[in-house]
Amino acid sequence: MYTSNVVIGLPGSSSKELKPVDLKWPEEGVSVVPDWVYTSQAIYDREVERIFHGRTWNYVALEAELPNPGDFVRSFVGPTPVVVSRDKAGQVHVFENRCAHRGVEFCRKARGNTKEFVCPYHQWTYDLNGDLIGVPFRRGVKGDTGSGMDKDFKLEEHGARRLKVQALHGVIFASFAADMEPVESYLSAEILKDFEVVFKGRKLQIFGQYRNELPCNWKLYHENLKDPYHGTLLHAFLITFGLAVAGSRSMMYADPSGRHGTLASAKPKDMSVVGAETRKEMRSFRDDLKLSDDRVVSYVREFDSEWSVTMQTIWPNLIVQRELNTLGIRHIVPNGPNSMIMIWTMFGYEGDSEEMRRIRFAQGNLMGPAGFLGIEDNEALKFLQEGVRRSPTERGILRLGSGNGTGTSVASESALRAMFAQYREVMGL
Amino acid sequence: MNIAGYEIQALETRVAREVRAEIEDFHNEYCNTLDLGDLDDWPGFFTDDCLYLITARENVEAGRPLGLVWAEGKNMLRDRAYAIKNTMMYAPRYLQHFTSNVKVLNMGGGQIRARSNYLLLQTLVEGPTTIHQAGRYYDTFVKQGSRLLLKERRCVYDTTLIANDLALPV
Repeated sequence: MYTSNVVIGLPGSSSKELKPVDLKWPEEGVSVVPDWVYTSQAIYDREVERIFHGRTWNYVALEAELPNPGDFVRSFVGPTPVVVSRDKAGQVHVFENRCAHRGVEFCRKARGNTKEFVCPYHQWTYDLNGDLIGVPFRRGVKGDTGSGMDKDFKLEEHGARRLKVQALHGVIFASFAADMEPVESYLSAEILKDFEVVFKGRKLQIFGQYRNELPCNWKLYHENLKDPYHGTLLHAFLITFGLAVAGSRSMMYADPSGRHGTLASAKPKDMSVVGAETRKEMRSFRDDLKLSDDRVVSYVREFDSEWSVTMQTIWPNLIVQRELNTLGIRHIVPNGPNSMIMIWTMFGYEGDSEEMRRIRFAQGNLMGPAGFLGIEDNEALKFLQEGVRRSPTERGILRLGSGNGTGTSVASESALRAMFAQYREVMGL
Repeated sequence: MNIAGYEIQALETRVAREVRAEIEDFHNEYCNTLDLGDLDDWPGFFTDDCLYLITARENVEAGRPLGLVWAEGKNMLRDRAYAIKNTMMYAPRYLQHFTSNVKVLNMGGGQIRARSNYLLLQTLVEGPTTIHQAGRYYDTFVKQGSRLLLKERRCVYDTTLIANDLALPV
């Protein structure tokens, strides 16, 4: 586990951090963000209750990870461990990874195939849809009076807690809320369109997973991908090779609710579209940066889309990455106010040529915990969390651009403001 | 954990011992270069047509090809070394590599296959020294003159949950 507390300073090392805060949003509204949304345990607890366990669809797995009956993966809804399984009839189920008896997190393997789940402690047994099917010595030990379960105990009342499930184009979502609208309407039309570019009608081939812990609040990851401003300033790679750069075509779409977004950009044919003035503003622009092997940044057109890059932030725990030809899911697992775990599932498509697979692998070097861009994001978010925890100042500002919602310039924070507007509503802040 | 090509073959004890010593010398040079030297020298440990991969053990066990870092050919290593040194933003840090338990797996066709444990310690400026990765190198060496070069290095780490990021080469 990351030793973020040791590195950053123990909780409470700054006098502000453990001080109770009056959870009242500043009068200026969403152009100001109070630090306590990133540091307060009370806020985190409310987020788990109202957002991750509330009326949201949470990503849990890809169907391609569990193609066969009996396949399962361990996953999370918010910080809550769940099991995703496929039953004998092919139906996908999601249930809490917790034994009804004493609370043991019974599924220990990251993935596998099984007929049933047996809690290792007292061997209570669950089937593939989470129903309790066996309790040892339920009727008592023969000859021992007063042993076994009381007569009123019914197996069917003690199954693992089941979540509502819907798979859309091979992507499995789950919700603690029983009355959720279909995922399609939850996403909204525009978000669904770019989501379908990646997933609709194509069978995925899973390349593998990696996991990292980021010592930052989980919302910052959404914010980072609703913030085109940083993309064109922080990332020398993006700028210099024109993957996303001020002056080229881009959009930061925010859905009508403000919770989801698509950060989209089109790779220009060459960098001459970017004027000298714009280049000067970007300190990370490097004329001297040349690649010996440019497969890392060479886009092979394969999608029916005007964008070469779309990064979708799907509230509350999913990022869909289409960065040129490297494709992946980023699954956010919040881990307290100061930490989050990211599970990356990278994939291509069944039927990809060997050459295409290698292009995807090569471009994979851009993203992830060792990616040319990924490292910079992770570092910046860590620095941000350190700043809000340790400095006596209490707020940040979001004043670039105007309005709350979709932005068409990189110098705008309108999508971030839209996210916070809906966040305040859900959180009652 | 099986990786095709890295099967154990019976080797004459004396030969295995000599080759193991050569590989240990190689590891010493490689680790010293990463820990103390210039990153520009790092690609020099590889052949032009090398494969360099860093991946989690869970991927290897599931038979999945993903690389956290995936570099095919020395040029991709050069680009990474250049980016790390010149363009990328990350907090200053020191790394130390330790290798042990070198096992020569098989030899033939001009190639030597070996497996070694590695331990990667990271020290951030304000923090303690932490174990950043515990892993294994699966190496394919070829000889160029009297010198060993890596035709393939697969760094397979047990430390599934990476602490934020992995900025420098393993």
